[in-house]
Amino acid sequence: MSQRSANHILTGTRIRERRLSLARRQADVARAAGISPAYLNLIEHNRRPVGEDLVARLAEVLEMPADELAEGREEARLAVLREAAARLAEGDAEPGPVVAQATEFLARFPGWAGLLITLFRRADTLERQLVALSDRMRQDPYLLTTLHQILSAATSIRSTASILSEERAVPPDWLDRFHANLDQDSQRLSVTAQALVAYLDSFETEGAIITPEEEVEAWMAAGARPVEESDDLVSDAALALAADHLLRMAEERRALPDATLASAAARERDPMRLAARLDRQPDLVMRRLAALRPAGFETAGLLVCDGSGALILRRSTPGFPLPRPGDTCPLWPLYQALAMPQTALSHLVETPEGRRFRTLSYATRSQPDGTDGPVLSRAQMLILPPDAGMAETPATKIGPACRICPRPDCPARREPSILAMG
Amino acid sequence: MAGRTLDILMIEDEPNIAEAVNFILMREGWQVGVHGDGAGGIEAIRAARPRLVILDMMLPNRSGAEILADLRADPDAAVAGIPVLMLTARGHTGEEAARADAVLAKPFANDDLRDMVRRMLN
Repeated sequence: MSQRSANHILTGTRIRERRLSLARRQADVARAAGISPAYLNLIEHNRRPVGEDLVARLAEVLEMPADELAEGREEARLAVLREAAARLAEGDAEPGPVVAQATEFLARFPGWAGLLITLFRRADTLERQLVALSDRMRQDPYLLTTLHQILSAATSIRSTASILSEERAVPPDWLDRFHANLDQDSQRLSVTAQALVAYLDSFETEGAIITPEEEVEAWMAAGARPVEESDDLVSDAALALAADHLLRMAEERRALPDATLASAAARERDPMRLAARLDRQPDLVMRRLAALRPAGFETAGLLVCDGSGALILRRSTPGFPLPRPGDTCPLWPLYQALAMPQTALSHLVETPEGRRFRTLSYATRSQPDGTDGPVLSRAQMLILPPDAGMAETPATKIGPACRICPRPDCPARREPSILAMG
Repeated sequence: MAGRTLDILMIEDEPNIAEAVNFILMREGWQVGVHGDGAGGIEAIRAARPRLVILDMMLPNRSGAEILADLRADPDAAVAGIPVLMLTARGHTGEEAARADAVLAKPFANDDLRDMVRRMLN
């Protein structure tokens, strides 16, 4: 770690400690120092450098000498040791005495202190990875589907093999069927097991355990609390994305307040008619419905993509096949909307698991840089439960992304699936 | 599929598992019917009124847990009280399967299935 970054670590930590000791809100301090709350949050979490001018302004706001914010590597190590003492003592002994001895420990045993710091940082990283992997194992629908297929094939093979080896006088027609089933199931088991290995391998090739987009998605699913209070936001990119998102949400809430939307949504279920009655743009109404989830829209999900088709907002809904960030299903109606701006497209879609959703897709175009500037397209898709009586209505068969989609004959397939198909 | 004399109705979407189980139980002298989808599962039970339902937990369109909840809430007490043997691919007897009368984890031994069904029918 460079001296520069070590200084940043201590600066951010000290600013945060001082602010908390004064019981001052992050937003108030940021405003007084002339920066945004999001930027101060990044500084406090040692994720942004802080220059001398800003240190001086913050020191003034926090009523402390500026030179107390200038510290060295020893102080940075002390801060980590104190944090380690506090965290590792959770649920056990009172950490106070250990924390108080941190300075003496560092002075007398610098080598051991360095080892402890390294171990603590390593444990912290591994703990985060473990939580991320654990969540993934429990929640990844494709992993669950694949494991279910393996277990089903194993169950069939075990029962059938037992019949063939233990049962006497099995009629010839049943024998033929069981042999055919064994052949079919053993092939299915083989293909699915290979698919599972390929999928697990893909965890490594995808690099990070969790992407910034996934961090933001988890943060939104947890209620989009202030970024400084969230455990879901770890990376710089995710913190910045979340801060931007909060700003946009605040603007949109001002444009369409919660009470106004909830009251109107109680009387009108069609988002387009709702937009007309409220005299607001349909895309604003759709985003606000997914954010507020008023009565009648409790499970609303939302996907937003830019003109390239890249998803820039993913607010999931239970059962809808959202892959990890990257490729998606080209049959999502979201993408059709890009070609038909200002036109609401209503679809009934069906997932590979047989779950149905009603989607409303709507795209807009804008030229923020003027007539000669580029045309920017953006589409969004509101995901809602199907209306009653739609059980027999033909639906568009969608998936998550080709690589993890089990539909063998999809006309839109662009690459083979790693899941067993058929 | 189901007749009035059905002993067992199995709701299982994996046809090869259903075929093996059907053969095992049929050899014990029980009349077995099979319904291969979560959708329409409760209707199939109401129509067949079997003495026992063997219900897979993970079904397409409607899960075994949802069908079990439908069954237990059925206004006809005779239907609501039909014993259920839940087949679970997850190997646990968690909350979802708690209202079943018995749970058998996949993959299972044929003898275990036979013994369990025999106990539940007798």
